[in-house]
Amino acid sequence: MWNFILRNIGQRLILLIIVSFVAHSFIHLAPGEPSEVDPMNPRMKPEDIAKIRAAFHLDEPLHVQYVYWIRDLASGELKSFKDSQPVLPKIWKRFLNSLPLFILATILVWTLAFPTGIYGAVYRGGVYDRSTVFLSYALISVPGFFLSYLAIMWVVGWLGVPVISIKTFGMEHAEPAYKIMDRVWHLVIPSVMTAIGGIAVLSRYVRSQMLEVLSQDYVRTAKAKGLEEGTVIYGHALGNALLPFVTMFGLLLPGLIGGSIIFEQIFAWPGLGRLSYEAILNRDFPVIMTINFMAAILTLAGTLLSDILYAVVDPRIRLH
Amino acid sequence: MNGIKPSTSSQAATLSLDPEAMAPLETPWEEFLRIFQKDYQALFGFWVLMLLLATALAGKALTEWWILFDPEVVRLTDKFLPPFSVPSLDSLPTDRPFGGMYLMGTDELGRDVFARMFQGSFVSLSVGFVAVGISLSIGILLGGLAGYYGQVKLVFITVDTLIMRFTDAMMCFPVFFLILTAIALSTPSIYTIMVIIGIFGWMGTARFVRAEFLSLREQDFVTAAKALGIPERRIIFRHMVPNALAPVFVSAIIGVASAILTESSLSFLGFGVPPPYATWGNILSDGKAFVFDAPWLFFIPGIAIFVVVLAFNLVGEGLREALNPKLRMR
Repeated sequence: MWNFILRNIGQRLILLIIVSFVAHSFIHLAPGEPSEVDPMNPRMKPEDIAKIRAAFHLDEPLHVQYVYWIRDLASGELKSFKDSQPVLPKIWKRFLNSLPLFILATILVWTLAFPTGIYGAVYRGGVYDRSTVFLSYALISVPGFFLSYLAIMWVVGWLGVPVISIKTFGMEHAEPAYKIMDRVWHLVIPSVMTAIGGIAVLSRYVRSQMLEVLSQDYVRTAKAKGLEEGTVIYGHALGNALLPFVTMFGLLLPGLIGGSIIFEQIFAWPGLGRLSYEAILNRDFPVIMTINFMAAILTLAGTLLSDILYAVVDPRIRLH
Repeated sequence: MNGIKPSTSSQAATLSLDPEAMAPLETPWEEFLRIFQKDYQALFGFWVLMLLLATALAGKALTEWWILFDPEVVRLTDKFLPPFSVPSLDSLPTDRPFGGMYLMGTDELGRDVFARMFQGSFVSLSVGFVAVGISLSIGILLGGLAGYYGQVKLVFITVDTLIMRFTDAMMCFPVFFLILTAIALSTPSIYTIMVIIGIFGWMGTARFVRAEFLSLREQDFVTAAKALGIPERRIIFRHMVPNALAPVFVSAIIGVASAILTESSLSFLGFGVPPPYATWGNILSDGKAFVFDAPWLFFIPGIAIFVVVLAFNLVGEGLREALNPKLRMR
């Protein structure tokens, strides 16, 4: 078991190094530079541009820039191009903003997708099944911002739910209870919109897993033995159907950063997606590379976690 | 090929080696059609897609070659007219729309929305197809190489490990973020967008193809082909690839749908296809500013994108069920 884990970690560390190379060179190979953000600005003299380029080491060869980046990242002093503020605290602050949105969306996805998928599989072909399958196709086909705009128009007009950013302006002097409720209200619509796509995809996957399990021989045996429907489904089939989803827990991690750039833009949510969008617009290389790198780290950690969980839960993997 | 002679006439009926009598009751193609036709949703999707294809071709022809619906005419006298309205009396007679009325209304510059949607159907569809074409080519090439030459060592690392580690590395990044970065940092043009969406979408295809090749490599027909001395390039592309294509085909169809959605998200963020090309994503994101004043500008392209992407998804899922025996009802 330890052998398995160590081997996995080792492979991932190598992959991480490759990923850092890719993240770094990708940004620098694309045309466009920080000094070109405002090319029409007449006050940007060539000496200023040269100074900026020197300060950001942009004239050095690629591998030297890579070393600068890693060194600054490791020492925590990586500075953003836009305002020379340290990158890591910026990312951390925005991450804390994104976190409640992500947690609520994940809870919604996982608690709603499973019952839907399982019920649909058990009563395959029935009205519930066909309508939820169609609904899940529909929900993944709608452009995300289209649905959000519709939701904003109807929900704000009808129910008065706030949809701008994370809190109402001026709530600093209200009682704590009102402040908390205000935050919660602001969370609702963005997380529902973020969760919708996930629910659609996950419930279909749950349904197909459950269908595959229900067609297995041991389920047929259990039914032939005369066991109750409930015992067969929940006692025997469900555990085996849910096996792959234990591993999907690990893949949740990358979602933290994967970040709804679109949804944060629509709802003016000051989170990590918006930070990356602004960084792209400002050609802020350190921020872009660091966010990409962190996303990659989270993905690798997530897949490592799911591999380990899979080995713990499914003995067939361990013994190979 | 009739080697065995039956000894009685009743045996003749059952033991005949006549190729026609030995043929299966239905060919794989007929079996596929039978299963596909039972799925109403997939059929609906299929006909919608045929309609879309016809519309796209007609759109390209009628808005650019033999211009019946001109999407670029700006009529400032006719701004924000609702659908089915007639041109106002102030507009020039030469600018009147074909058929005398604006089928889908006009936008903020007085352009005919129907003409723009008609033109945009071809552009959106071509962005989807070209992007998927690029990612399929890269995916099949890399997956095929990794699957077939997997154990060959280049210096110190096997081909399989090299390609698969590279694929894993590319899969680590959030794809939309990468696409957005690449497009924002380069000059926006329709070809850039097609190429960039294609370049970041090959990873799934490569994994599928490699998995299929790994299992196909051991099969007898490959061994037979090698024994016959067929050059390897021909074995891969002429014999193995067609057999590996079933999951690739399904993911290609779903990939076109997701390319159309990606393009509309890019337009929303301001990085879409620049004028003069009008894509549905462009029209939708331009229309979002006028959703209360001129709701048709927002809803028409939105619903159009929804229907088309839904059709692609339904057809893709129908294909997956029809092509994969394991997923069918027992």
